[in-house]
Amino acid sequence: MTVDRTIAGLCIVAVALAAGGFFVPAWMVFIGVISLAKGLVVLGLVVLWRTGLVSFGQSLYYALGAYAVGLAHLYWGMTDAFVAVILGMAVAGFVAFVIGFLLARYRDLFFAMLSLAFAMILYGVLVKSEALGSTDGFVISVPTFAGFAPGADAAQAALLAFTAAIVLASAYLTDRYQKSTAGHLTTAIRDNEIRVEYLGFSVRRAIHVKYVLAGILGGAGGALVAMAVGHIDPDMAYWTTAGEFVFVAILSGTASVAAPFFGSIIFEVLRSYAMQYAAHFWHMVLGVALLLIIMFLPDGLWSLFRKRARAH
Amino acid sequence: MEPLLDVQNLDKSFGSIVAAADVNVAVARDEIVGIIGANGAGKTTFVNMVTGYIKPSRGTIRFGGRDITGLPPRSVIAAGISRSFQVPQLFATATAFDNVLIALGIARDGKFPVWRPLRRADLVAAAMQILERFSIAGHRDQLAGQVSQGVRKLIDIAMATVHRPQLLLLDEPTSGVSVEEKFAIMDVVVAALRDQKVTILFVEHDMEVVARFATRLLAFYEGTIVADDVPQRVIADPQVRRYIIGERYRHGANA
Repeated sequence: MTVDRTIAGLCIVAVALAAGGFFVPAWMVFIGVISLAKGLVVLGLVVLWRTGLVSFGQSLYYALGAYAVGLAHLYWGMTDAFVAVILGMAVAGFVAFVIGFLLARYRDLFFAMLSLAFAMILYGVLVKSEALGSTDGFVISVPTFAGFAPGADAAQAALLAFTAAIVLASAYLTDRYQKSTAGHLTTAIRDNEIRVEYLGFSVRRAIHVKYVLAGILGGAGGALVAMAVGHIDPDMAYWTTAGEFVFVAILSGTASVAAPFFGSIIFEVLRSYAMQYAAHFWHMVLGVALLLIIMFLPDGLWSLFRKRARAH
Repeated sequence: MEPLLDVQNLDKSFGSIVAAADVNVAVARDEIVGIIGANGAGKTTFVNMVTGYIKPSRGTIRFGGRDITGLPPRSVIAAGISRSFQVPQLFATATAFDNVLIALGIARDGKFPVWRPLRRADLVAAAMQILERFSIAGHRDQLAGQVSQGVRKLIDIAMATVHRPQLLLLDEPTSGVSVEEKFAIMDVVVAALRDQKVTILFVEHDMEVVARFATRLLAFYEGTIVADDVPQRVIADPQVRRYIIGERYRHGANA
């Protein structure tokens, strides 16, 4: 029932964000879109994490989603947000499906480093390729929504509403998956792979499915960020970007599908203020925040809500 | 009548170490077969080969007339064989109830169980029935990693039965538990499986347990079956008494 409450809460927040985007300052709308979009990537990371697998390479799918949108815009003039997100998810999902055959064989540090290696390969390809914009990347125009082109002022607010809808759908579907037998295999695999195999289920297939799901969510996040920022570059695939997703996952916790979005919003707000008021040592501010979370809230910020729920 | 399990000329070597040498055994339906042998005699290797954990170096394993030699565990499970482990293989951070529930979900939801909720009424009721049948319902909310060894053994065996296997291999189901618990565990297991027409092979060190529960006994020594008969005769066999049981065990002491 707690999870159902989570989905209900997400519905309320999503509607509030969708409507509120038209009334709040532009910088808040921008942070909202970026937070939610990156929260999608972190949600995918958390699906893997619950299985005991930490991917240091989700920036691969984040960048693939963004570049799929960027290239479709550059070469085909595609601007539709719906098509963009589907394209980003499809490209990222396909690559995750292919790479997943290899990665599903590995665990622990090998899985983490291999996932990072693939992200860095993409980074290398993007940096060296003129056709893909090289180090500068390229610009993407304002998105349209099924033929509707909002004015410049309303474009970000419309994108926030669109992002909130994507987040809501993704959270619901992921929650549904987590509650299924395959979803419960996340912790089962972490506990005992031999038993899972002797119950007749392929551990590799289970991990492969989770990896593809994480890739699709990463692609959706990248596509949305590409449209929000209006620019893409190879740094989206770089290891520091992947590290940021891991940072947010630790900050958020893995207890709920809502946690990554909450954690992502906290992270973006914290970073924005840290960069504004501590321009020369904002990294240190984030580092201290992470240290405090690990020391005092090892299960992430979402554990605050669980503790409060238990107290009542 | 064709045997349910037919093992022919089975060999397994690990480098220069011979773990199984020319093992031949046929098991009929509804038998309860005990397997005894000293440590390193090849009992667990035999169980591991039948259940696909390791591949034999030579020989064939036929189950229900089908050759299952070298098949991976998932295919062996699908064929109708299941097993428990000497060290119970559980989901330690999940409750006893969730262990059985997950096992049931895998058994009933097919190969791509990504949509139907695991905690649905029919599965929850079935999981409770299994816990009750194995007399562990009182531990339903305890973490599997924190219950006693006897309960862990029963959870392990209960999970192995969710597929309704035709053949169940139990690797030392009473090891690591108190003398009082040994009989209680076997009583529970045999009673729980009585109605399900399951053929049972169980590895055991305790002669009193095999004498009481097995209808047939295999004695392993240095990778080979050296005796195969009703328990009383195998236990009385001088070779078995000398190399496996030890002279201190006196046949009839458990009768």
